[in-house]
Amino acid sequence: MGLFITRYIHLQNDQVILNGIVEYVAERHSVAEVFRSVYRHYHINYPKFFKMDNLSKLCFLSTEVLLRGTEILQKYAGEEIGIILGNASSSLESDEKHQESIRDRNKYFPSPSVFVYTLPNIMVGEIAIRHQLKGENSVFIFEQFDSEFICHYVSELIRNQRINCCLSGWIECYGDRYESFLFVVEQKDNIKRLKKHQEYIIFDPSTVEKLFKGKPKSWKS
Amino acid sequence: MEELILKLKKEIIDILNLEDITPEDIGAEDALFGNGLGLDSIDALELMVLLEKNYGIKIEDPKTEGPKIFYSLRTLAEFIREQQRK
Repeated sequence: MGLFITRYIHLQNDQVILNGIVEYVAERHSVAEVFRSVYRHYHINYPKFFKMDNLSKLCFLSTEVLLRGTEILQKYAGEEIGIILGNASSSLESDEKHQESIRDRNKYFPSPSVFVYTLPNIMVGEIAIRHQLKGENSVFIFEQFDSEFICHYVSELIRNQRINCCLSGWIECYGDRYESFLFVVEQKDNIKRLKKHQEYIIFDPSTVEKLFKGKPKSWKS
Repeated sequence: MEELILKLKKEIIDILNLEDITPEDIGAEDALFGNGLGLDSIDALELMVLLEKNYGIKIEDPKTEGPKIFYSLRTLAEFIREQQRK
């Protein structure tokens, strides 16, 4: 079974990098402002975005740009598309906000809209709702990106015919640090013939690791 | 009453992160949920917290009273005034 990465995105260092090419550089103010700037740049119209926590915003924006202009959503039924993600900080930022709101029994006003983001897999829910993705999904917490695990898990899901396509990668956000690396995995039989100079990117741990760490020359150091 | 409605508009825009919406965009009689401002169930909970936190008002039976109180900004403002008179 030949599995390939057909598209990938990095959203980090205030830049949107699609398939290794810098598409947009946001002016750095705060994480929230960078995310708002990316949202505006791509003319996305989804008011719910503004209610999300930063982790979900990062996941949402990465997915929006990754799927833009592709036929992924037409080619596969919602049930065929899985979402397998990892991160290190889980939903800690929202967890802490919630904890702060319930710390003082005399000022006990937990915010429902903060509380709903106190799970990392809510970011998966946000993109699943947005694009009607109904395939297998999970978020795993690792100290650092684990390409071996991700490749094994995604490959097994496709091999067992649970899904035919997968959005996978690393969506990490805590405080003023954020980093996303998201990619599409498809089977060779479902991929259109490539244009001249295009290459298949083999879906294996070492390639995924290289893509994760790889920094094109135009990246900020 | 109009002053309270304006205050509520600002509070709601702030607490519900209604980007690109200004107080002028929300009519006092506009429906807050459904086809009106498009708020959802989490927003409804957030409005209940706002009532308690900023106005010291707790809705005893949200299921029955909620739809009437939160129908529009005017119904919400009238409810607050009524509670404050008690």
